[in-house]
Amino acid sequence: MTTPTRTRPTVTSGIGDSPLRPDGVPKLKGEFQYAQDLWSEGMLWGATTRSPHARARIVSIDIGPALATGGVHAVLTADDVPGPGMFGLEHPDQPVLASDEINYWGEPVAIVAAEDPDTARRAAAAVVVEYEALPPLTDPEEADRADSVFRRLQIRSGDQEVTGEVVVEGYYEVGTQDQAPLGTEAGLAVPDGSGGVDLYATSQFVHADQSQVVEALGLRPEQVRSHPTGVGGAFGAREDVNLHIHLVMLALHTGQPVKMVYQRSESFTGHVHRHPARMWYRHHATRDGKLVRVEAKILLDGGAYASTTSAVLANACYFAVGPYRVDSVLVEGIGVKTNNPPCGAMRGFGAVQSNFGYESQMDRLAAELGMDPLELRRRNALATGDRNPTTQQVIQTPLPVAECIDSLAAIPLPDGDDPILPGGSGLTTDRSHIVRGVGYSVGIKNLGFSEGSDDYAEARVRLTDEGAVVETAAIEVGQGLVTVLAQMARTALGISKAIVRHVDTSRIGSAGSTSASRQTQISGGAVMEASRRLRERILAHHGGDELDDLGVHRAGELIAPMSELIREGWEETYTFRHPPTTPPDDDGHGDIHADFAIAAHRAVVDVDPELGLVRVVRVDTAQDVGRVLNPVSVQGQIEGGIMQGVGLAVMEELVIQDGVIRNPNFTDYLLPTILDAPDVEMLLIEQGSWWGPFGAKGVGEPPTISSTAAVAAAIRNAIGRDLNRVPVRPEDIAL
Amino acid sequence: MQAFHPKTLDEALAAAADGATPLAGGTDLMVEVNFGKRRPEMVVGLRRIAELREWERSRIGSGVTWRRVERDGPRAYAQAARTVGSPQIRNAATIGGNLGTASPAGDGHPFLAAVDASIEIASTSGRRLVPWYEFFTGPKQNALQPGELITAVVLPERLPERHEFGKVGVRNAMVISTVCCVVTRDTEGSTTVALGSVGPTPIRVPAAEEMISAEPSPSDSALGEFARLVSEGVRPITDHRSTEEYRRHAAGVLARRLLERCLA
Ligand SMILES: Cc1cc2nc3c(=O)[nH]c(=O)nc-3n(C[C@H](O)[C@H](O)[C@H](O)COP(=O)(O)OP(=O)(O)OC[C@H]3O[C@@H](n4cnc5c(N)ncnc54)[C@H](O)[C@@H]3O)c2cc1C
Repeated sequence: MTTPTRTRPTVTSGIGDSPLRPDGVPKLKGEFQYAQDLWSEGMLWGATTRSPHARARIVSIDIGPALATGGVHAVLTADDVPGPGMFGLEHPDQPVLASDEINYWGEPVAIVAAEDPDTARRAAAAVVVEYEALPPLTDPEEADRADSVFRRLQIRSGDQEVTGEVVVEGYYEVGTQDQAPLGTEAGLAVPDGSGGVDLYATSQFVHADQSQVVEALGLRPEQVRSHPTGVGGAFGAREDVNLHIHLVMLALHTGQPVKMVYQRSESFTGHVHRHPARMWYRHHATRDGKLVRVEAKILLDGGAYASTTSAVLANACYFAVGPYRVDSVLVEGIGVKTNNPPCGAMRGFGAVQSNFGYESQMDRLAAELGMDPLELRRRNALATGDRNPTTQQVIQTPLPVAECIDSLAAIPLPDGDDPILPGGSGLTTDRSHIVRGVGYSVGIKNLGFSEGSDDYAEARVRLTDEGAVVETAAIEVGQGLVTVLAQMARTALGISKAIVRHVDTSRIGSAGSTSASRQTQISGGAVMEASRRLRERILAHHGGDELDDLGVHRAGELIAPMSELIREGWEETYTFRHPPTTPPDDDGHGDIHADFAIAAHRAVVDVDPELGLVRVVRVDTAQDVGRVLNPVSVQGQIEGGIMQGVGLAVMEELVIQDGVIRNPNFTDYLLPTILDAPDVEMLLIEQGSWWGPFGAKGVGEPPTISSTAAVAAAIRNAIGRDLNRVPVRPEDIAL
Repeated sequence: MQAFHPKTLDEALAAAADGATPLAGGTDLMVEVNFGKRRPEMVVGLRRIAELREWERSRIGSGVTWRRVERDGPRAYAQAARTVGSPQIRNAATIGGNLGTASPAGDGHPFLAAVDASIEIASTSGRRLVPWYEFFTGPKQNALQPGELITAVVLPERLPERHEFGKVGVRNAMVISTVCCVVTRDTEGSTTVALGSVGPTPIRVPAAEEMISAEPSPSDSALGEFARLVSEGVRPITDHRSTEEYRRHAAGVLARRLLERCLA
């Protein structure tokens, strides 16, 4: 018997490659459909009336003048909300529209639908609300004393009486950062004519949007279908619902499609922010630099409504020590409720705040001991098989803390001058005015949901004439999920032709949120496993031993061509779960987290001490990435994450006074420009997660966790002074 | 909203006399419209008027963009132009619009103040030349009367030999001034210093100017005294962008550095 000699196709654009992202060229050409671009025949435009007070009682609302505006189709208030009218990602504590009390500046009071956006906005402004202004509670320490809290958490490990030979104390603050996604909140709700609605809106988690809409408005689940749509950035800001319930109300009320797009300033009140933090730390160590005990009190201001404050607080506390060994720990965490703008998820999710605390402490301790800051960290580095000092959980995943530190140290320091000076185009600074500083930080973050929550994702893989089609409700926010899921399907199936198709909540189970660095691991796990099973079923059915683009082969011979497989209509749906976690016991202990990732950063800064201006020259990094599935995407996540960390270090802050945001615009909420961007050299540590598909770990958050603290440390190193607050402002350095 | 796009200044002046709001690059006006702060009934676009884009030696038409000033302007004016927004903004935004807005943080103003420029203003009833210190009357307020348009900026025939601009902001580009400053010095030692963002209008600091103009080659302590007098002479406020204390400090530091560059 002769076997035909031909080269079997190998999988291209599978894992390890960097195929062109399917949305890349359309985005560059301006042809990609973002939620802002949604359009439907005969659609109306929505707008929102918001409270000008941080705390008030609503005395009366007169919608008459707004309704009388020509072109207005609906003006709705709390009285028009069917159902319980409450929503919230963890607890439904937030009213869809305020009825009698206002708890934060910008809280929605009424919604309007009109024939064009300008009319809608003017009608929203014409709603007459009489308020009785009340003094807002805006000081988080006062809220703590008044027991106005969302969550208190205590973690106690080891001997609580032990003290160290060397003790350093510090107080640290983190200002309020905003996700500032370039695409603002936007969406379109289209009534289906039989009491239901199709919702297309910016999101990170369409199933959570759908269930909150249904519950808040007392609808039946099948009445609302939430569709993934084009999202122009998220960083946590798209986890909570904002305009979703309003859009559905207006669409059901008018019977017409309704579209809403938040303007930039409204966006700053329309989504949650990163929690501002106050942190008190005491580190005990031996003379030779071994940590003996860490005590921390971490106070996060959750603002007016719960959102994810309790989970963010938990994260800040569980990572309050950092990736270091220490037997004795006491952490007290408080997430307070105030009349400040609500805070919730943002890239890093609590781990950013405490990183600034513990890493500032590690530097302080190193200085006290006269020890090299990296050497102190290396001596205490946590490793696989250790117990996480806070939760006492045995760490099963590879945890290359020491490897990250050593790799980072091996990246050569820049020796030459940076072409950009502090002050940039403002020409403030000559080379003779600057001093250079170097700072380090090492961070740890959990991957996926924690504390016993059932963290899963469903995905379906089908063979069609388009190739393998991955169906998912996992949201693409710009990070490249649509690329990497297809890569995983290709490799696991053995087929090069694969695409990702988003489907709505009625057609697939939840993928969970695009957050917590989790989708590549969890939705990726579902895609990999569905693909693997599909491949096995197909091979078993045909008695084959190989599947590729041509079809099924047995002993090198094609026995079922792809056209036949497509006709057979193969599909496989799989729900992936990571290893179960548990809620904490009374001491904060338990198998709280499913996986961990490490990143280490070294920042080099040029500082003009007299003017307090900073140029971040470089931020080099070594990151524990599990396995690199797509090199370009990993690089993008790391560079972007570092930029967001640099932003928090030197400029990004919402200035909030008496509950009012003073800078809700890009004139005054400053994001780094390319002249503020450091060069980045990265080393990727690949040791493979203990359960992630193909060994993948989430890579999105770690770059943001410790880059901020590294920049702050570098500025301290340059000017030889203490700085206990980020963002570091010019006056903090110069005065 | 009605919009006219005249090709001649006379037509534009007639429209302005009828109450039309001038629109040049729109980089300030459209922001105000988008924020709902202004809703002009009638707008007169100025971009098609060739006369306003003319630049003859020391007379610069109000329709000249920051991009052109960046390329062709006198050193300190070009340095200031380089810091206005982004390339996209500079391609649209004009020097006339900067003066129309008269923001305390306008980056074009300190140069005009430092060289004692005048603003040429026209209406259907004629033209007048207003010195800079009479033009700026308060934060976002100027001497324009209803129906008047800014036609040009008029610089002195001879500029001081040395002039330098600097701007302190919290970001390396695309940022509102925390302090901006121009220092000029001529061969005889006569010195001016003008600052923005540290008072309701651009300001000069005569005490500092007099003191340093009397120093033919200022010593380190004279430079220190100059910085101190500038810090003392400015009138900054504390707001969400910065503090009074920092602005005062930075004004002195920046003015001294610019003077040092003029002396170098
Ligand atoms: C993103 C961004 C960044 C910016 N950065 C800076 C910066 O760094 N520094 C800075 O100084 N400014 C900055 N600006 C503000 C603005 O760009 C400048 O003030 C610019 O010079 C305005 O010019 P314009 O032609 O766009 O004015 P317009 O917006 O067209 O007009 C501004 C005002 O002047 C009036 N006006 C215009 N022309 C005339 C005329 N000939 N006669 C009478 N009145 C007139 C208009 O009615 C209006 O009130 C920025 C703006 C934006 C949007």
